[in-house]
Formats: sequence, C-alpha cells, structure tokens
Amino acid sequence: MISLNELMPALPEIVLACMGMILLMLGVFRGDGSTRSVSWIAVLVLIVVGVVLSSVQNGRMTAFGGQFVVDDFAHFMKWLIIIGSSFAILMSINFNERESIARFEYPVLILFATLGMFMMVSANDLISLYIGLELQSLSLYVVAAFRRDSLKSSEAGLKYFVLGALSSGMLLYGCSLVYGFAGTTSFEGLATLFKSLGGTGPSVGLVVGLVFLIAGLAFKVSAVPFHMWTPDVYEGAPTPVTAFFAVAPKIAAIALFIRVLVGPFGVLIADWQQVIVLISIASMVLGALAAIWQDNIKRLLAYSSIGNIGYALIGLATGTEAGIRGILVYMTIYLAMNVGTFCCVLAMRRTGRMVENIADLAGLARNQPLMALALAILMFSMAGIPPLAGFFGKLYIFLAAIEAGLYTLAIIGVLASVVGAFYYLRIIKIMYFDEPAEVFDRSMGREVRAILVGTTLFVTFFIVRPDIIVEGAGTAARMLLAG
Amino acid sequence: MFEIGLAHYLGVAAILFTLGIFGIFLNRKNVIIILMSVELILLAVNINLVAFSVHLQDLTGQIFAMLVLTVAAAEAAIGLAIIVVYFRNRGTIAVEDINLMKG
Repeated sequence: MISLNELMPALPEIVLACMGMILLMLGVFRGDGSTRSVSWIAVLVLIVVGVVLSSVQNGRMTAFGGQFVVDDFAHFMKWLIIIGSSFAILMSINFNERESIARFEYPVLILFATLGMFMMVSANDLISLYIGLELQSLSLYVVAAFRRDSLKSSEAGLKYFVLGALSSGMLLYGCSLVYGFAGTTSFEGLATLFKSLGGTGPSVGLVVGLVFLIAGLAFKVSAVPFHMWTPDVYEGAPTPVTAFFAVAPKIAAIALFIRVLVGPFGVLIADWQQVIVLISIASMVLGALAAIWQDNIKRLLAYSSIGNIGYALIGLATGTEAGIRGILVYMTIYLAMNVGTFCCVLAMRRTGRMVENIADLAGLARNQPLMALALAILMFSMAGIPPLAGFFGKLYIFLAAIEAGLYTLAIIGVLASVVGAFYYLRIIKIMYFDEPAEVFDRSMGREVRAILVGTTLFVTFFIVRPDIIVEGAGTAARMLLAG
Repeated sequence: MFEIGLAHYLGVAAILFTLGIFGIFLNRKNVIIILMSVELILLAVNINLVAFSVHLQDLTGQIFAMLVLTVAAAEAAIGLAIIVVYFRNRGTIAVEDINLMKG
C-alpha cells in the first residue's frame, strides 16, 4: 500500500486537480452567470496552491515510485507558473465579458493547463513527462480556439492543434527509442546508465531518440526550426490567451528542457550541445530580423518571444550552474516584461473594438502619458537598456556563456539583441514622436491596471534588490545539478 | 526458418512514423487526413514501445503504450471538436483554405 506521506510532495498538484474539478462542477451547475466568481475562486486556488507548495517544499523529494520529483528548481519554476496563470485569469475577466466570450470554462482550463505544467516541471520519468505535457497541451488547444465564433481564433486553435500533435508525436517517438535502447524510462536510471557508459559513448539509437526528444521540446518552446505556429497562434488567439501562451507554457517547457538535458542526459553534453547552440543562434537571429517587418503588435511579440527563447537556450547550451541560474533569472524577468506588455495590448481598444496595429499606438504619449510611460519602460527593458531588469537577464546569460567558453554564441547574442532593440525602440518612437491617432477607450479595468503597474515597478526597481531572485535561482540551479 | 525479430518491428514502426509525418506535410486536401496521420504517428510509437517491451522483458513499455492510447483518444476528441468549430466558421475544412493568417 502507498502511505499518505508518500503523496505529500504532490500535495499542491492534488489540491489543484481537485479544485479544478470542483470549479468545473460549480460552473456547470450555476451556468455562465458564475464566470466572474469562478475566475476569482480560480485565482484564490492558485494562491492557496502556492502557499501549500512552499510549505511542503523541503529539499529533494520524490513521489509515485520516483515518477515525480520536487526540488528547489521545481519550486522556483512552479511559482513563476502560478504567477503567469493567475495573471492570465485576472487579465481575462473584463476582456472576456466585453467580448462576450465570458464562459466559466476559461479559468477551469487554465487551472488544468497549470496542473499539466506542474507535472512537466516535476517529471522524473519519460512517462510522467509525456502525461504532463499532454495535459498542458490539450488544455491549451482548447483555450486557443476559445472565441469559437471567430474564424481567426478557431484557425489559431486548429494550427496549434496540428503542429502540437505532431510535436508530441516526435517527442514520443524519441521517448520510445530512448526507452528501447536504455531499457528504462526513469531519469535516475538513465543517468546511472549514461555514467556507466564511460568512454564508449551512447548507441546510435539513443542519440536518434535524444534528437527526436529535443525536436519535440523545441516545438513547445517555439525555438527556430519549429517556430512556424507561434506568430499565427499569437495573432489569432484572444489577447489574454496570447499573454498566457507567451509566459506560462514557455516557462514550463524550458524547465522541462533543462530537467531532461541537464539531468539524465547531462553526461552526454557533447552530443546535444551542438544542437542547442544551433537552434539558439537561429532563434535569436530570426527573432531579431523577422520582427522588424511586422505591423501587428501580437505578431511582433511572437517573434520577440522566439528571440527571447533563443537567449534562454544560450544558458542551456552551457550546461553549467551559472547557465541554469541565468535562465531562471531570465525567465522571471521575461514573465514580468511580457505580462506588462500584454496589459498594454489589452488596453488598445477604440469605440469598443480591439485594435492591434503598431501604428495605432501613435501619439499615445499625448493621449495617455502614464500608459505610454509604462510601455516605454517595458520596451526599453526588452531592448536591454541598462538600469532596467531586461539588461540583467541578458547579462547573467551572456556571462555564463563566456565562462563556459561559448564566445561565438555570446557575440551573436549581443549582436542579435542590438538588432532587436530597433523594433522595441520603434514602438517608443511611434508613441512619443508620431502624430497622435485617435484616443483609446479609457476602460482598462482595475485588474489589468494593477498588473501593469506591478510589472512596470518590478522591471524598474529590479536593480535595487536583484539578489532576492538571483539567490533563489542560484539555489535552484545548484540543487538541480547536484540531484 | 525466417524469424521476425525486433528489427522488423522497428522497421514497420519507422515506416509508419514517416508516413504519418509526410501525411501531415504533403496533404493538401482535408484536415481529417491530418488527424489520421497523427494517429498513425502515435500507433508507430506504440509498436515501438511494445516491441521493446517484449525484447527487454520489461513491462514499463506496455504500460507506456496504454497511457499513449488513452491520451491519443483524448487528443482525437479535442482535434475533432476544434475541426467542428472551424467548419462552422469557415464552411470548409480543406487544408489549402486555412490561410487567413500568413504563416
């Protein structure tokens, strides 16, 4: 029999799953009128889960016969995911009501997607990796097509579904090959096996499996050869959903990437480093160049997120503790910057209709100086201008790359971020120096305004106490490499 | 006598997997065919898993295959639902008509 104590490490996930199902029942019985209360309860549940998460966290623990692992790394990543998901729910409340798509399924689906991401972050076996990934993806396919009477949204859902299913298939094929040639699916078993290989190196089957696995994961983080879905899905999906896609699933997928490659496959770094370096360079360059020609701000942010993933992958390519710490800091800052920017996109509304062109921002500084200031700070931060948070994110990553001797990668990264600065600064130029366009509706909503203010303050004042996050990230990275 | 070994099973699975991938990329007609290709990929994986499981005398592979089957069913259900929603908006599910957004 399993004693209850063995399940304790998974308590946050269990609470989340039960509450998700309870909220689903609540919504079904009370109808769409309950959307607002279901949304607020869902946010409350996420906060409770966070508290439970921090209270059960105690060193490295496993559950379900070693399928599931909890450590400081998982703890750090899960907090980022909680923040991303609760922001996505808060941002949606007013938006969904105004667009008359306020249905209670939205917060429930976000909760289930969050559960899937938790499983991904805590996966310690190829089976739990796959189940977590699918739970997350299946919820996300539905949320992408959430505005079901809009052609754009359903097309986004369809494209996301087809490419997501393809990537799951590739990942799974890789899993099956790794299982067959290693004889085990557990990460610990794989790690001991690879250590015992010594000089002989892994068999061809294992390397092919690993490449398929990396391809599947690269799809999920939208790194370059597998990025085609990102701009379309970002453009088509409703804006709060896009904001959610840009942060939480990316964080979960990059956490999974780190856990798989640095954990069991850490010994084989010589085999996967080249691949990661290649997709990292391609992502950075494409993210910087393709965004220049975009008119739609959501598409621009899609390319920006591709570029950002490229920078995060530099940290992974090093495979060192400093690199992992860099990624964790980078993803925290990336979360704040993206959520803040999407709050501004949500506020781009004229006479009750959403507008999404960058040109619509013209003269925002004269019409709404405070929002323009916030967006300008976020854009400067994304471009990596020094006193702001975005600069430090890139700094830690590039320092780790230089320490690990990956000079080419660091130099290309710096060049790409210089090119990338162009389109971020162009937005600021349009806001401050172009002839004013029509005024936006002044109905941002309390929640969205609070999130925008919060993230902007975080980005601005990160420099005052960077140690809080950097130290947390450092402990997390140390534990991951030790475990 | 001629014996069917692990390599044959892997060969079949690899062929099915490749067919599935090509089915997704080369098909210009109908989204349902894409859905079938996805199933084909997952079944190729299942053949792999079961063959390895028997070869290694280890049950993990068969348990994995069971889970893959379950998830494949859920995935097909969601895929069909999204296709129905798309059809209601567009009136067609031909692949070449899915072009509202460039990409």
